Amino acid sequence: MRKCCLRELGRTDYGTALELQRQLIAERQQGVIADQLLLLEHPHVITLGRNGHAANLLASAEVLSRAGIAFYPTDRGGDVTYHGPGQLVGYPILDLREWKRDVGAYVRAVEQAIIDTLADYGISAGRIPKLTGVWVDDRKIAAIGVHISRWVTSHGFALNVSTDLSYFQYIVPCGLTKPVTSMAALGVHASLHEVGQTLAAHFGRVFDCEMGELIYD
Amino acid sequence: MTDVVMPQMGESIVEGTLTKWLKKPGERVGRDEPLFEISTDKVDTEIPSPAAGVVSEILVEEGKTVAINTVVARIEESGGSGEDTGDKITGATPPPPESSAPLSPLVRKLAREHNLDLSQMQGTGAGGRITKHDVEARLAPAAPAAPPLAPAAAPRTRIEPLSPMRIKIAEHMVLSKRTSAHVTTIHRVDMTKVARMRERSKADFQAAYGFSLTYLPFLTRAAAAALRHFPLLNASLDGSNIVYHNEINIGIAVALENGLIVPVVRGADEKNVAGLQRAIVDLATRARTRQLKPDEVQGGTFSITNFGSYGSLVGTPIINQPQVAIMGVGTVEKTPVVIDDAIAIRSICLLSLSFDHRLIDGALADQFMSKVKQVLEAWSEEVL
Repeated sequence: MRKCCLRELGRTDYGTALELQRQLIAERQQGVIADQLLLLEHPHVITLGRNGHAANLLASAEVLSRAGIAFYPTDRGGDVTYHGPGQLVGYPILDLREWKRDVGAYVRAVEQAIIDTLADYGISAGRIPKLTGVWVDDRKIAAIGVHISRWVTSHGFALNVSTDLSYFQYIVPCGLTKPVTSMAALGVHASLHEVGQTLAAHFGRVFDCEMGELIYD
Repeated sequence: MTDVVMPQMGESIVEGTLTKWLKKPGERVGRDEPLFEISTDKVDTEIPSPAAGVVSEILVEEGKTVAINTVVARIEESGGSGEDTGDKITGATPPPPESSAPLSPLVRKLAREHNLDLSQMQGTGAGGRITKHDVEARLAPAAPAAPPLAPAAAPRTRIEPLSPMRIKIAEHMVLSKRTSAHVTTIHRVDMTKVARMRERSKADFQAAYGFSLTYLPFLTRAAAAALRHFPLLNASLDGSNIVYHNEINIGIAVALENGLIVPVVRGADEKNVAGLQRAIVDLATRARTRQLKPDEVQGGTFSITNFGSYGSLVGTPIINQPQVAIMGVGTVEKTPVVIDDAIAIRSICLLSLSFDHRLIDGALADQFMSKVKQVLEAWSEEVL
């Protein structure tokens, strides 16, 4: 069975996480490390995908900096999104050649791991056709944005566990004028670590790999 | 000539959007070097070049969505074996081949770290040898450039030079912070007796002098009395000497339209309330009309700043160099206070004293403030 190294990084600054991903992508492409799943939480940050529209960012740089929100343009897919405390962020660094060479199937599988995680907490979540992400009714609970280089994935997903949803007012999330929600808003109060452990288990099952801590070889 | 096609990124995926060309027509590209980016679903993918050579034609513009296997560009191979001719790329690529040219271990290491195909690079070293510099030059443009933040519709800033007065104030403030060891102590003063005296004399004072009676001359008089008691607060530091000033010259901070000036009431301890009020009004008026003479803003030995007139409760003023202390006056407000276990309504004012801890210790500063407080709280001197 393939192995996937689970790394829980805790509260990590966006730039630091980006740098770590870059390093892991290069090592994964060279085949010197196994697949990785990074689980973490970011301080307040708004990121814009490569194909995002600046118009979906509703606040000026000045307003963002006054609100203590960093801003990063990135190379992931998707539009603008917000990350902050209380949000479980996952960055899988997987070589899809060892799973399926299918980016559509990859995104659906990530969604599945999140849907199964939420089901464990009694939240019935699902997909909306043509809209990536995980939804509870028509509220988005998890966003997905992925970058692939030589079949190695980076960036990933962000699941609102106890996110302060008021921060989404600064953006049109993913360029969609649909509301957002969180596990806490749905009455489920769980720690990021606990949700992360549940999600890692489902991730391992969906991607058919053995989750372990820090496997370097 | 090699055709570059929109790769199939998955079973269910029939088309892709070309989001970015990483090479321009006429530009050289190495085999496996990222050539363009596509977007499918929420996934952005970098597509490596299927062959080494020169991009001869770009057939699909950025932003266009095309079906898989559509030819998006053509690459003219650069000499070589031609082994790539006719190859079609479907996203996955083999690892870069080893170069046969003589390479330094450092260059090999760099290439390995960055997954560079050295066989497609032209060296500038001796005999076309690839040097560390070549590798670095190749890697440099690959660094992701951050696109600028949201475009600005209107300028967000306006630039205006500082006025000469502003420059002076700025220099003076920073100099003071750098010079003195600032400490601020705050005392609560019951101004009820002063308030009553002021109330009683106000109308007659206005009639007699032609200007109104404020709290400031009372505070100045109390400060002058306390300075007489504690001459160290009326001193300056000069190297390793203490300079005691025999005159008590109190600077009064006056807010101007675009700045601040501190004219000096000379011999403040020799004036009564009416005399102090007259001096303060005169200096403040001439400060605002810019008619002060240079010596009227010099020679101060202590300063008072009355931010209470703008509603501030308490502040931590910056010492006016080369003085060693400044008293800040908060707003006088009727406040419920406990007196003999009963709640009473009194006119309360918070007085702060910023002092230079190099010369003055907290105990002395608080004794000074206690003296000021005592004079004000026990006020009985008639104004008129």
